[in-house]
Order: sequence, then structure tokens, then C-alpha cells
Amino acid sequence: MAGPKLDFKHGCVDMSHGSGGRAMAQLINELFVTLLDNEFLVQGNDGTVLPEAKGRLVISTDSHVVSPLFFPGGDIGSLSVYGTVNDIAVMGAKPLYLAASFILEEGFPLADLRRIVESMAKASQNAGVMIVTGDTKVVEKGKGDGVFITTTGVGVVRDGVTLSGNLARPGDKILLSGSIGEHGMAIMSQREGLSFDAPIVSDSAPLQGLIAAMLDCGGKLRALRDPTRGGLVTTLNEIAKQSGVGMMLQEASIPVNKTVEAACEFLGLDPLYVANEGKLVAICAPEDAERMLSVMCNHALGEGAVIIGEVHEDRHCFVQMNTRMGGRRIVDWLTGEQLPRIC
Amino acid sequence: MRYIDEFRDGRLAKNIMANIAHEADVARNYNLMEFCGGHTHAISRYGLGDLLPPSVRMIHGPGCPVCVLPIGRIDMAIGLVIQHKVILCTYGDCLRVPASGGMSLLKAKAQGADVRMVYSVTDALSLAQRHPDQQVVFFAIGFETTTPPTAVAIRQARVLGLSNFSVICNHVLTPAAMHTILINEGGAKLNGFVGPAHVSTVIGSKPYEPFANDYGKPVVIAGFEPLDMMQAILMLLRQINQGRAEVENEFTRAVTHMGNLKAQALVEEVFELRDSFEWRGLGSIPHSALKLRPAYADLDAELKFSLQYHPVPDSKACECSAILRGEKRPQDCKIFGTVCTPGNPIGSCMVSSEGACAAHYTYGRFKDVAVMAA
Repeated sequence: MAGPKLDFKHGCVDMSHGSGGRAMAQLINELFVTLLDNEFLVQGNDGTVLPEAKGRLVISTDSHVVSPLFFPGGDIGSLSVYGTVNDIAVMGAKPLYLAASFILEEGFPLADLRRIVESMAKASQNAGVMIVTGDTKVVEKGKGDGVFITTTGVGVVRDGVTLSGNLARPGDKILLSGSIGEHGMAIMSQREGLSFDAPIVSDSAPLQGLIAAMLDCGGKLRALRDPTRGGLVTTLNEIAKQSGVGMMLQEASIPVNKTVEAACEFLGLDPLYVANEGKLVAICAPEDAERMLSVMCNHALGEGAVIIGEVHEDRHCFVQMNTRMGGRRIVDWLTGEQLPRIC
Repeated sequence: MRYIDEFRDGRLAKNIMANIAHEADVARNYNLMEFCGGHTHAISRYGLGDLLPPSVRMIHGPGCPVCVLPIGRIDMAIGLVIQHKVILCTYGDCLRVPASGGMSLLKAKAQGADVRMVYSVTDALSLAQRHPDQQVVFFAIGFETTTPPTAVAIRQARVLGLSNFSVICNHVLTPAAMHTILINEGGAKLNGFVGPAHVSTVIGSKPYEPFANDYGKPVVIAGFEPLDMMQAILMLLRQINQGRAEVENEFTRAVTHMGNLKAQALVEEVFELRDSFEWRGLGSIPHSALKLRPAYADLDAELKFSLQYHPVPDSKACECSAILRGEKRPQDCKIFGTVCTPGNPIGSCMVSSEGACAAHYTYGRFKDVAVMAA
């Protein structure tokens, strides 16, 4: 195509980048196709024909509207890849392909957009997936918040594996892969201008490797979930409700990094409800729990894994907790939102 | 976290609980009111209620700012933000307080009103600086703890010459509410108070002396951590058993006898007593709240926008009033946990996590599952 190249140093997104004309084609070619380079995307079709896949398919979609766009430990680009990859992986599937849809705000710096797409390229490589199709829309200034990214992913579940939030049974153990609240507090401390001696870094990471190791060990897993928005407790309440069971957690066993705890204390937040982007909750048959725990601990993303509680019968589906003080209480669904946009 | 972990130590908790169990006389009842919502929250969040002997009953007092805010004051704020198109700033919990006609500040916001949640009054002040063409009103709520920051902001607005900043003052006074509870002592015969933590850092321990000297009620000022709370309960039991009624200070790391004199002077400079103020649950209490002094009248949003207060009765089914007076427990209310839940609060005690109903619903309703739909 003739004409000057996109100015990734000083240029900005304008309405023409979403118009379907030359400018859009240029943005797609010089940015998305160049950075996310793969045999499917390069074909430039409206959709992508994928090779035959063996096994049951999993599909999942997730929109990302995080603010700020860049934070310690990640950015909206890597988050949009890992978020969807993890949603597929927790179904017991190997994530294969992603579609990415961008809503850009007029005036958004091309330098930032490039940084985001570079980050997506790196993240998809880490997670072993390809971004094979996409879409770009531009909204007028003031009608977006820089960039929103929706990713949709496809993966294949391995034979014999069925994981679902409704399979938790009384007696099952609840496992957690590590300390909670790091992603949400990394975002919040950026937003509130809090600085700590050791900055809080988002735990954003792809979980498919850890999950594959857990599935390989053959222990009876009932459900896996990544406790993102709403944090650990929201995830557990969802599973309890889906399965029609209660849960009893041990507060003392739930790991929280000291800085995260301090930041939460400072802002009046409860780490149990703060988002994670690289943690895993597993519901596992009691006889396999110890084995599963050691598999998790042997993986880099599960080094801090612990058993935090047990499933029991309860038609009210209460998730309860024995507190460090020796008392007992419910750990309830959140009412309203604890935090502004974080993922 | 140094200075916090020490006060959440499970082993020490066991020791104090053993002492409480030893001190509590099974033949008598100890009805103790924790005035502050912060204490109510701590009791529920750490499950302390379960650990106390049956003879010790904690009664949740009215020290939760949004719980005692009458409907008419929220109506006033909603009317202002809709009619005058101001930017209305307030603290988080306030947004969900139910107002007349099924409204709340949160619903007004969804309908297009410019309502903003702020962490601090200084956020509202800087908003006014950034938007000189718009009126910014801070809806100030809280007890003596949040009053000095409001005073600072008002003084600063004056210094900066900000003509687009003003305050609706709903600041209320703890001792006035405690007096009212004791004068009207009805169903709940109180044997002592766990005195406020943060409020007392400002006002000191001195203002509680009349409760001990004139009413014969022991007061122990306590911090908000679980061990603070437990130690204060132990100190109250000892006073009661020994027939003493004194003001004792468990929270010595932050509270002095005279309090924070600088903060008191600031408040004194900017605010004066209202003749009377309506409290939800407690009715109109003379000299129980503050308003801006005439010297700061131009920063008083009630005058600036000619706002009128219209009292509104609570929902008939709602027992918030009796609960705020300590006469009923949340689970005694017919609509608790069924019609009235944190997601759909009918009464104000269900709004803030410091409210007696919300705290019991969120942390303790497994104890009375009969009232709950599965």
C-alpha cells in the first residue's frame, strides 16, 4: 500500500481507523498482523477456518475494561489473553485459538496501542495460543476509556475429563494455588497513588500448564476455577450454589501477602474479595487431595498451594469460615462492588 | 503488619476468652452495648459473639453513621443533585441508603445525576478546583471522627476562595446519642458501654465521665481490633462484678483523656451546635449535631441552595428504630433476611457493613437459618 507508514511514536487513533477503509486496513496490517503474526491471521479473511480438532471443544469469552491500562505485572493486553486462556483451561481444556476484538477511543496514542498488542503477542506465546481473527472499532473521544478488548477463545478438553462447578460433593477438599488479592491491589494501589517498599505486582499468568500437570496426576478433580472478579470468596460461593453444598474454610490457612494485607487494611478492603488473575481454586476428592497439593506445589504457579477448607452438606449453601480468633462466620456474596473496574 | 497482627493473635484471644469465661457470673446477665458500628463489624467479622459466655450479650448501638441518617436528609441530597445539577460527593456507604420513593443516591446516579463516591473530603475539594464552572457539594456524614477533615476542607475552600464548593453537614455527636439511649432506656437494660475507638481519639475519654458518674454505667473505650474488643469486655465484666462504674481506656495507644485538642479547635472554629437533629431510630435529639457557623454560611449548601428538610417516617415493617435503641435484635425483625437484605435494604441498618442487620446477615445468619430462604 502506498503512502506513509503509521506513526507509532506520535500518532493517535482517529475515526478512520474504524471506518473499514484504507486507514483501517493499514492499522490491521502494520500493527495486528505484523505483531500477532500467524498463518491464519495473515489470510485477511472475515473469519478463520481452523484445522480439525480432536475432542470436545470449549469456548469462552471475556471483555477487558481495566483502568489503568498498564500496571505492575501486566497490562490490558496480557490480561485479555490470560483471562480467556484461563477460563478455557479451568474447564480442563488445552487453549488453542483466540479471537480479539478492540474498541478504541478516538485520540488513543498509537504508541500505547502498539505496546498493548506487543504484550498480547508475548502473552499468547507464553500461553501457547494463536490470535487468529479480530475486529477493530473506533468510538468518538469521550465515549470509551482508551481501549476495551474482548477476547474469545477455543480449546479442546482431554478425554475423560469433566470439570464443572456443580460437581462439588460433601467431603471434598478445597485447594488454593497461592496467595490472594495481588492483581486487584496492584491496580488499586496504582489508582490511589499508594506506594510500598515492595510494590504489589499483579499475579496475571496463564494457568494451563499448572492445570495440565494436575490433570496428568489422575486425581479426582471436580471443579477448577480462577478466582478473578469478586475474589476467592465469590468463586467459592458460586461453586457452593451450583453444587448445592456448603463449605467451611480455615482463615489461618488462606495465604495473603503482607503488603497486600496492608494495602487492603489501608483502603478498607477485604482480600477475600479482591481479584486474582493467576490463581486457581480446585475442588478435589478427599482421597486425592494431598497428592494434588504436591503436584500444585511442584509447579511454579502453585508453589504456595494450600488446602483451605472442606465441602459439606448444607441446603443453604453457606460458605463459612473458622476465624483466626476461633469464631465462626459466613463469608458471603459481595453486595454491590468492592472495587472499581479492575479486569 | 506490625501494630495490627498483634491485635489479631488467635492464641492471645483464647487466653482473654478464658478470663472472660472465668469472670462472667452465670447467675447474672451482662447487657453490654458497643456504641460503634466498627465494633459491631469486628464482633461479626471475627465471630466473637460465639466465643462469649451465654450470660454476656452484646447489644449493637447506633454508632454507624449511615444507619442513623434519616430518610429526609438523603431525600434532600437527591433533590439537590437532580434540581440544581450539582456534582454531589459523599462516602461510599451513603450511596445505597434507601430514600423516599424507592430512590437512593446510587439510583439517582444511574438516572444521570452526577453523584460521586469519594474516599476523602479533599477529593471533593480538588474536584471543585478542577471544575470551576460546576457546583460541587460534599454530603458530609459521620461522628466526631470525620468532622475535623470536613472542617479542614471548609477552611481550605475559604482560603482558596472557592465559590463552587459547599457542604451539607450531617455530622453528629456521640455523647448526645448515648445520653438519649440512657434517658429512654427501655427494653434493653444496659450494664455498660464499649466506648468508641476512633471517635475517642478526637474527643478523648473525658466526655464519657457523666455516663459513669451520673448514670452509673461503666464505659471502656476500646480499639477496633478483635483483641481490643475482647479485653474491653473483660474490663467491663470486672467493673460490673466489683460494683464500679468508671471510664476506663483500653485504647491507650491512641486515646488520651482530653483527646485531640487541635482537631477540637478546628471543629469549634467552623461548626456550631444545631438546636436539634433527627436521628433515625432515636428521634429528634437536641444539640446532637453540627452545622456551619454563620461566618462560613457561604459554604453551607443548605443555605446556598435553600434546602428544606422534610421528615419521612420509616417503613412500618422495619424494626431499625428498635434495633438502633438496642431493644430488638436484627433477627427479631419480620422482614430481616427475607424482604430486607443487603442487596435490597429497606432499613438503614442493612446498608452499611457496620449496621447491626447487615453485619448479622453477612456474617452470622447461619445461626438462624429458619428465617432464611435457602
